[in-house]
Amino acid sequence: MEPRPHDPGLYDYHPYRGRPKITWPGGKSVAVWVAPNLEYYEIDPPAHPARKAWPSLHPSVVGYAHRDHSNRVSHWRMAEVMSKHGFPGSVSLSVALCQHHPEVVEDANQRGWEFFSHGIYNTRYAYEMDEAQERAIIEDSIHTVQEATGQRIRGWLAPALTHTPRTLDLLSQYDFTYTCDLYHDDQVQEVKVKQGRLASIPYSLEVNDHYGFFVYNMSGREYADALIRQYERLAAEGENSGTVMCIPLHAYLIGQPHRIGPFEEALRHIAADGRAWIARAGEIVDHWRGQTGGQG
Amino acid sequence: MALDPSYLEYPHRQRGYDHDFFEWSCLHTRPPVKWPDGTSVAVWLCVSLEWFPIVPAGPFKAPGHMQTAYPDYRHYTARDYGNRVGVWRMLDAFAAAGVKASFATNAAIAERYPELVAAVIEGGHEIIAHSTDMNGTIDSSLTREAESALIGEAMARIEAASGVRPTGWLSIARQQSWHTADLLKEHGLTYTCDWVNDELPYALKNGLINLPLNHELSDRQIITVQQKSADSWAESLCDAFDWLAAEAAAQGGAGRMLPVHLTPYIMGLPYRISALEGWLRGISQRPESWFATGEEIIAHWHKQEQQDG
Repeated sequence: MEPRPHDPGLYDYHPYRGRPKITWPGGKSVAVWVAPNLEYYEIDPPAHPARKAWPSLHPSVVGYAHRDHSNRVSHWRMAEVMSKHGFPGSVSLSVALCQHHPEVVEDANQRGWEFFSHGIYNTRYAYEMDEAQERAIIEDSIHTVQEATGQRIRGWLAPALTHTPRTLDLLSQYDFTYTCDLYHDDQVQEVKVKQGRLASIPYSLEVNDHYGFFVYNMSGREYADALIRQYERLAAEGENSGTVMCIPLHAYLIGQPHRIGPFEEALRHIAADGRAWIARAGEIVDHWRGQTGGQG
Repeated sequence: MALDPSYLEYPHRQRGYDHDFFEWSCLHTRPPVKWPDGTSVAVWLCVSLEWFPIVPAGPFKAPGHMQTAYPDYRHYTARDYGNRVGVWRMLDAFAAAGVKASFATNAAIAERYPELVAAVIEGGHEIIAHSTDMNGTIDSSLTREAESALIGEAMARIEAASGVRPTGWLSIARQQSWHTADLLKEHGLTYTCDWVNDELPYALKNGLINLPLNHELSDRQIITVQQKSADSWAESLCDAFDWLAAEAAAQGGAGRMLPVHLTPYIMGLPYRISALEGWLRGISQRPESWFATGEEIIAHWHKQEQQDG
């Protein structure tokens, strides 16, 4: 087995106090990006030695159907609300969705959303892949999204948040510019990779709708309130040096009829405030890179 | 270390689903469904009538089942409270609001508590088949023959005890096997409530209809799993109704549906029931609401499907 150092060596310590000032376009203090996960979960995936895909024998009807709600109903509900208030998406994409339900991917592309890879399926885990296997899912992701949308993906959120110790090094080798897998900061930060450069953009587990509803057990209104509090604090602190707020979403959760109304109010609040640079992930990373030269 | 090469093979990576149960379809581009009398939100109340044998058995343990060593009087009686007391509060609440509901009923309930099932039928409510008892779970560990026998037994016992042969089926925990959809069709059922992937009825490839019973809006999910108050449940259900009514209005009166899954031992408690009563009072007075049983919703939808051809 390869060595497993106690510090995975992802980044240098970089205290929040006294950092160089980052300024977002238009003098905005907080970059806000919305990350809908457009996913496909297989009904009968092969077994992985380290993680079970479903809690019951297949077909796990509720788990499968709940996620399918995104692709039949709630993607459009969520996307309409985002478009109405001027929020583009930066999509965490199970790239096989391009084959299964191209209608969903086309809708996102037509709205001007950016895509990054979230693996082939959210039921195929990267743990224990060898380098050739990991290269295969990266190359598959690049080609599949290019063909379906015309976009060369620049970002990665590991499938079901499963990694290997070499994932980040491989991403920079394939000219990816950002990862969404590290949760150590409220600003864009440099990741230590063997060659080239890779930025970590804050994605956030803590205000992810999945955490809001299934870890913290919030109601729709409580989650909307959490988003507004998160925004207010980051907008205020961003006056010192530009911060980043991500709103990671799953349509089958946020697009349920009891949650989408309060969520719309949170978007309305952020859009009307005036301190937010509402942007896509790639633009945020580019502006940060342009100002810091990578030394941010 | 490497994974088996087959882990990177995707034999079902194709247009549409990775199974043959139903076709993909987008709710927002279907021909609009119209509900009666200019209403726009069908409100479907579905109450589960569950009898938990004190000795758990079956392919998996149903949600709400026994938890302690035998004999678990605590959970046996707390669940049965719903059948003795809580559900009668619900029946009164439905009568006061003038609304009809569906009751997903274990065969054992129909046999053991005839007064309850008679009151359900007399109130004009619908009986949906809900297996034999709470040990009658289904998953892919059952043989096709054993599962067919279970469904057949549940249907026969419900019919013998209540005089009604249900047209709808709710599996325990909405869990099916690979055979369930076909077996329900073979046993003459019209619809299932198990697939939560949509917000309107749709037909499976084998002709069985799915009437989606949203699990996220259930009292079990909001109160028992997420541990919110009954008032928080009512607030979420109001928000859901408001959103669906507005969506229907924005789309020219295209019908929407709000499924409300209730459990007597959860929502029928003295300190929670008033939240349900208040919610029913408010929503039943809204001009957009059409309270209907599962069977009625299916009938309206089906008639229009045939006209749209």
